[in-house]
Amino acid sequence: MSQEPAIVMEGITRIFGEDFKANDSIDFRVRKGTIHALVGENGAGKSTLMNILYGLLSPTYGTIRINGLEKNINSPREAISLGIGMVHQHFMLIETLTVLENIILGDESTGPFGRLDLSKAAEKVSALLKSFRISIDLNEKVENLAVGVQQKVEILKVLYRNADILILDEPTAVLTPQETDVLFDTLEELKSIGKTIILISHKLLEVLSVSDYITVLRHGKVTGNLKTSETSKEEISVLITGDEFKDSLQQEFRSAGEIVLEVKGLSVLNDKKFETVKSVSFELRAGEILGIAGVEGNGQSELIEAICGLRQMSSGSIKIDGQSIQNTTPVSLIPSDKLKFAMVKEYDITGNILLGRQNEEQFSKALAINYDRLRRFSEQLIEEYDIRPSDPDIKIGSLSGGNQQKVVAARELSKNASLIVAAHPTRGLDIKASAFVHGTLLKQKTKAVLLVSSDLNELLKLSNRIAVIYNGKITGLFETNETNEKELGMYMTGMRTMNNEL
Amino acid sequence: MPHWNKYLNLSAGPLLSIIVAMLIGAVFILAIGHNPLDVYYLLFSETLGNSYGIGQVLFKATPLIFTGLSVAIAFKAGLFNIGAEGQLNIGAFASAWAGFTFVSLPWYLLIPLSILAAFAAGAFWASIAGALKAKFGSHEVINTIMLNFIALALVSYLVNNVYLVPATIHTPGISPNAVLARFDIITGLFKGSPFNISFLIALAACIFMFYLIKITPLGYEITTLGFNRNAARYAKMNISRLTVAGLALAGGFAGLGGMNFVNGYKHYFEIGFSENAGYVGIAVALIARNNPFAVIAVAIFFGVLEYGGLTINTMVPKEIVTILQGLIILLVISLSYLFDKKNFRIKHSPAIG
Ligand SMILES: Nc1ncnc2c1ncn2[C@@H]1O[C@H](COP(=O)(O)OP(=O)(O)OP(=O)(O)O)[C@@H](O)[C@H]1O
Ligand SMILES: [Mg+2]
Repeated sequence: MSQEPAIVMEGITRIFGEDFKANDSIDFRVRKGTIHALVGENGAGKSTLMNILYGLLSPTYGTIRINGLEKNINSPREAISLGIGMVHQHFMLIETLTVLENIILGDESTGPFGRLDLSKAAEKVSALLKSFRISIDLNEKVENLAVGVQQKVEILKVLYRNADILILDEPTAVLTPQETDVLFDTLEELKSIGKTIILISHKLLEVLSVSDYITVLRHGKVTGNLKTSETSKEEISVLITGDEFKDSLQQEFRSAGEIVLEVKGLSVLNDKKFETVKSVSFELRAGEILGIAGVEGNGQSELIEAICGLRQMSSGSIKIDGQSIQNTTPVSLIPSDKLKFAMVKEYDITGNILLGRQNEEQFSKALAINYDRLRRFSEQLIEEYDIRPSDPDIKIGSLSGGNQQKVVAARELSKNASLIVAAHPTRGLDIKASAFVHGTLLKQKTKAVLLVSSDLNELLKLSNRIAVIYNGKITGLFETNETNEKELGMYMTGMRTMNNEL
Repeated sequence: MPHWNKYLNLSAGPLLSIIVAMLIGAVFILAIGHNPLDVYYLLFSETLGNSYGIGQVLFKATPLIFTGLSVAIAFKAGLFNIGAEGQLNIGAFASAWAGFTFVSLPWYLLIPLSILAAFAAGAFWASIAGALKAKFGSHEVINTIMLNFIALALVSYLVNNVYLVPATIHTPGISPNAVLARFDIITGLFKGSPFNISFLIALAACIFMFYLIKITPLGYEITTLGFNRNAARYAKMNISRLTVAGLALAGGFAGLGGMNFVNGYKHYFEIGFSENAGYVGIAVALIARNNPFAVIAVAIFFGVLEYGGLTINTMVPKEIVTILQGLIILLVISLSYLFDKKNFRIKHSPAIG
C-alpha cells in the first residue's frame, strides 16, 4: 500500500506583473516523513513556491493537495491549521521580546478576562524542549541570542503550533558548521517521529548529507527530481545552472603591497556601553585578504563599525592609507545583516545603488542627483552581477533574497575605496554568484580586504591570513596555509589562545 | 495603464471612507430629524456650486495645504510633527511683523521679505524640537506639542503687550505693499471671497517639496532616514542634521500658512486666527499619504467641509460637519490599513524570501 504524499503541488504557476513567471507549471510532491530539499539559483522561484504553500502568495494557476485532500490555502493561518509551518529566509522574531513570548506570539493561550497565561504556555514549550533535547533559556530576550539559537526559536515557534510539515527557507545560511550539525540532528529527530520537512539551501554538501529527496528548480521550472542516495554534487550542479560550472578559485598568495589599514590597540563599546572590542591590533596590506574568523557576536560588528567610521572608538587608533580615519573616509562595507543596514526595501534598485554614495560627485550635483548617470551605472552593475530581474526600476523588496544581496555587493565593491570590509559577503548567494563575489575579492590588487565570516571554508579559501576573534580579543593569527579548520575552531570557541602580542 | 491602476488603488481607500463617512453622517442627520439628501445637496451646492463658494473653499484650503505639507515632509523623515499649529502662529506673526515694521519698502521687496520671515520663523521654531531630539533624544511628538503651547502664549503676549492695538486682539495693520491681492479684485471671479495669491504660494510650495524629495540629495537623505534609520546611519548620513532639517522644513511650510490670513485677508495678525489648521494638517497629510499633490486635493476637500459646515448651519448644527470630518479621518486610517492588509500577501512576500 503506497501512502498518500504529504504534499502534492500540481501545475503551479505564479505570474508577477504582466508576464513574469516566477513559478512555471511546477509539479512538486513530498512524501510523508522525509526530508526533501529544494534547490536552485537565486531567483529560481524556491521562496515563491514555498510562500504559495504557506498561503502567503496565491498561485495564478495550479492545485495543492495536503495529505490527499485538495486545499485552497489563502493565508498562513489556514496553512497552520493544515499543519504547515514555515521558517522564513529572514527571521521574523521580535528582538525585544523574550524567547517564550516570541514562541507563543499570535497563538497565546489566555486565562480568564483574556489575561495572558504565560505559565501554561511555558509548560507546553518546556515539554517541547525536552522532547527534542533542545536547551534554551525561555526568558532571555531574543536580541541577546546568537543567530543559531534564534533559528531554533523559529523552529520551536512552528512546532508549538503542532506543525507536521515544516518548511525551512535557507535555514543554514546564517549558521556556523557546528550550528548546522545541531540543526540537522534536530531535523533527523523530527523526521523520526514522522514530520515532513522541506529544506531550501544553496549548500549542496549539506543537502546531500541530510535530505532524502531533492527537487531542482531553474528559471521557475522543475529541472530534476532526484533521490539523494542516487545522485551526486556534479549532477545537481548541472541541473541547477544548466551547464557544468566549476568553481576553481583559490587565493594565490601574491606578495602584498603598501599598508592600507592599520589598527592599533583598538577598544570599542557596544550600544550598552560594554567593551566588546578589546585592545585589538593588526595591519592589512593592499592585495591582501585578512580573514576575521569568529562565532557571531564576539565583537565583529563593533569592530567593523569602528573601522568604517560608524562607531566611536574608546581607545586606540585606526589609520587607512596612513591617515587617521574620518567620517568621510570611503570604505566599501558589506555588513552581515544586509537587509537591516544596507538596503531600503521601499527603493528601487537604482535608489539602493545610490545608498551611501549620494555624495559622490559623479552622482550628485549640488541641487540635483544625476539620475541619468546613476541609472546607466545601475544597469551596468545589474549586468555585471547578473541581478535578476534586470530592471533598475524594480523595487528591491520584490527581488529574491539572493538578488537583494547581489545589489549590495555590487554597490559596495564598485566603490572607489582602498579598503573593502566584507562580512559574510556570500550569505544566501547561489554557487555562481558566490564564485563571482569571491573572484572579485581575490582579484583586488590595489585594495585590501577584511573578510569577516563564521564560514571557515570561505575564510580558508580566500584569506592570506586569518585572525580569530573571541570575546572581543584577537586570540590567534595564522598564515592560511599553516592552519586548518580544526585548529581555527578551537580558537573560535575559546579553547585555545595565543599568548604572544600580535 | 499600470500607472492608472496604481493611482486608483491609492485613492480607493480615501474615496471609500468618504462615502462610508457620509452614510454614517446621514444616520446622524436623520436622527435629528432632517433629510440627509437635502443637507448634502446644500453642502455641495453652496460650496462647489457657485464661484463665491469655490473661492471660500479655496481660501479655507490654503492654510491646510501648508500645514499638510508641513506634516508630510516631517513624516518623510520619519518624524511626527504635531507642532504645525504653533509653527503656523509664529510664522504668521513674523509675516505681520515684517509687514507693519518695514512699511516703507516697495512691494517687490516687502512681499519676499514677508515670505522669508514667515518661513524662517516657522522653521526656527520647529528646529528647536529637532535640535532637542538630535541632542537629547527627546521625542519630537512631546517637543512639538510643548512648543505649541509656548508659541501660542508667546504670540498672545506679543499682541497683548508689545504690539497692541487698543480694544482689539490684533496687531497693527501691515503696509499695503505687503498685501497679497485677492483674486476677486484681480480677476473678477470668486466675487466677495478672500481667496488670494497665497494659494499660488501654496502650489509653489507643493512643487518645491516634490522637487526636493524626488531630485535633491537632501530629499534622498530625508526619505532614507524615514524608511530605514539604520541604513541611513550606515550610508554616513548625518542623522542629527537631517532631523533638524526635516523639522525645519516642516516648520517653514507651516509658517507660510499664516500669510493667507495676514497678508491675504485681514492684513493684521489676530490671536486665534488659525482655527486649528495646524492639527487638521495632520489629517490632511495622513489621508494624502504624504504626497504633496494629493495634499492639495485633500486640503480642498477639507475646505469644502469647513466652509460647508457654515452653509448648512441654517438647517442643521454645524457640528454635523465636525462629526463628518472626524469620521472620515478615522475611516481613512482604518480602511487604508485594511487595504494594505489585502495587498500584504502580494506586496510584502518577497521581503520574506
Ligand atoms: N512581489 C514580486 N514582484 C515581482 N517579482 C517578484 C516578486 N516576488 C518575487 N519575484 C521574482 O520572482 C523570482 C523568484 O523569486 P524567489 O524569491 O522565489 O527566488 P528564490 O529561488 O527564493 O531565490 P533566492 O535563492 O535568491 O532566495 C525572482 O526573480 C523575483 O525577483
Ligand atoms: Mg528565497
